[in-house]
Amino acid sequence: MADLSVKLGGLELKNPVMTASGTFGYGLEFADFVNLEEIGGIIMKGTTIEHREGNPYPRMAEIPMGMINAVGMQNKGVHYFAENIYPKVKDIDTNMIVNLGGTTLESYVECAKVVNGLDKIPAIELNISCPNQRSTGGGGMAWGVDPVSAAEVVEAVRKVYDKTLIVKLTPNVTDIVSIAKAVESAGADAVSLINTVLGMAIDIEKQKPVISTKTGGMSGPAVKPLALRMVWQVAHAVNIPVVGLGGIMKAEDAIEFLLAGATAVEIGTANFVDPAVTVKVAKGINEYLDRKGYKSVNEIIGLV
Amino acid sequence: MVKKHILDLKVSANIKMNDKFILLKLTSGEKLPEMLPGQFVEVRVDGNNDVFLRRPISINFVDEETNELWLLIQLVGKGTRTLAKLTEGDMVNVVLPLGNGFSPVVKGEQVLLIGGGAGTAPLLLYGKKLVEGGAVPTFLLGARSAADVLELDEFKKYGDVYVTTEDGSLGEKGFVTNHSVLTSQKFTRISTCGPKPMMVSVAKYAKANGVKCEASLENMMACGLGACLCCVENTTEGHLCVCKDGPVFNIEKLLWQI
Repeated sequence: MADLSVKLGGLELKNPVMTASGTFGYGLEFADFVNLEEIGGIIMKGTTIEHREGNPYPRMAEIPMGMINAVGMQNKGVHYFAENIYPKVKDIDTNMIVNLGGTTLESYVECAKVVNGLDKIPAIELNISCPNQRSTGGGGMAWGVDPVSAAEVVEAVRKVYDKTLIVKLTPNVTDIVSIAKAVESAGADAVSLINTVLGMAIDIEKQKPVISTKTGGMSGPAVKPLALRMVWQVAHAVNIPVVGLGGIMKAEDAIEFLLAGATAVEIGTANFVDPAVTVKVAKGINEYLDRKGYKSVNEIIGLV
Repeated sequence: MVKKHILDLKVSANIKMNDKFILLKLTSGEKLPEMLPGQFVEVRVDGNNDVFLRRPISINFVDEETNELWLLIQLVGKGTRTLAKLTEGDMVNVVLPLGNGFSPVVKGEQVLLIGGGAGTAPLLLYGKKLVEGGAVPTFLLGARSAADVLELDEFKKYGDVYVTTEDGSLGEKGFVTNHSVLTSQKFTRISTCGPKPMMVSVAKYAKANGVKCEASLENMMACGLGACLCCVENTTEGHLCVCKDGPVFNIEKLLWQI
């Protein structure tokens, strides 16, 4: 049995496998299928300062090797989370991480302040990249596509949040490395990438887009090579840990990300196909390390 | 809450009902877990690279004597057409049981179960459970024509069955909401599953006549577990997941124009 533990700044993970936000609920939805405490970290459904109903139905389209979604950050708001969900998840013995989204700078800051007060939440994953928020004037997409605005929101949240701050990056940019460097300088403890890739599906009978918002975020194995390339580029350009995600379906996929330079991985859409996939990936990484004769997962990070 | 499982089940039969439907019977070496009428399963579709997500299929029947789960599947797209190719002995990976079922059975109730097309599927198990619980189910099944009326003999085991077809080839001609049984008999409540326009008509009838009514929805979904939030329906409580908060909803909760 190899040592699977890794560190993201001050955050210790018992293994490098986490769940991607929006694909694993608050963890509890999957408790019948996996022992949640065998997962390195659970990044919960995206939370915003205000209650959001999200986008109109239909919100998804299946594509070969993946799907497109446009949920639009549906959630009941951070105060509801703190009062009703936090008590149910706080004693799960793994890292229960809040994925935090926003529209205005103030909405990010106010939400981060509330999460900072929740003792058993050891980290935030800051969503500056969700492509589904349609608010104008600097929301979602706008923050993460430009190094200056990306750094601005990270700096603002950093001032009010003193635990581990992971910043989730969007792939829908010309140069992801410049964004990663900007958020590193602004105080991020780690970056996670990639969020979904902007995509589209059309119903040729109705001659209309399948999704109500016309475009949405693509995920699943279809995006894996793109994600892997970006993780490799960013990991070689920044000095903070990188969390890799995008189309991981099995241990071999996760190992590719680790070799490319990711310190940890997130599993997303695969949870919909196999609700028990997370623990299988952790076991598979261990088997690989044993087979190759490594004592710790840290020995393979960034070998490529 | 009934515990959920991921199971590899063996195909014991895959019966072609007509050009549009198959009845897939699945069994296990172990006793099948508890499943409630109105719940559904998520079937993994193997062997077609164009199919990525599982397919949500309602539970048609659980045969406790033969330890078989029945799935009545309408062939609508590439996923279901791939499932149609399964043969006896094949293994199928299934997540079950999902969602909340129909209302619990109350002894002595006169329940009208109205189904249309593939929506008749979950009413069979519910009919059986109603009989076992001392209630009286009556079935009203709607279809395009006689060839589309499925499992008629099965339904007859549990109650009176009335049929409407659009072309009049079986039962009364027209739609379920025009059937004479609605005026000739009294029911304490209605459970319905089928195409949305049909369910809206049924809901209107129920509301106009002061009969309690619940409807089972089938919005497009991915996870089936309440995690992805893709299958939402507009309700008096905002967007609710059909997979986790439904698929059965009291019509008073739905924001349908009724």
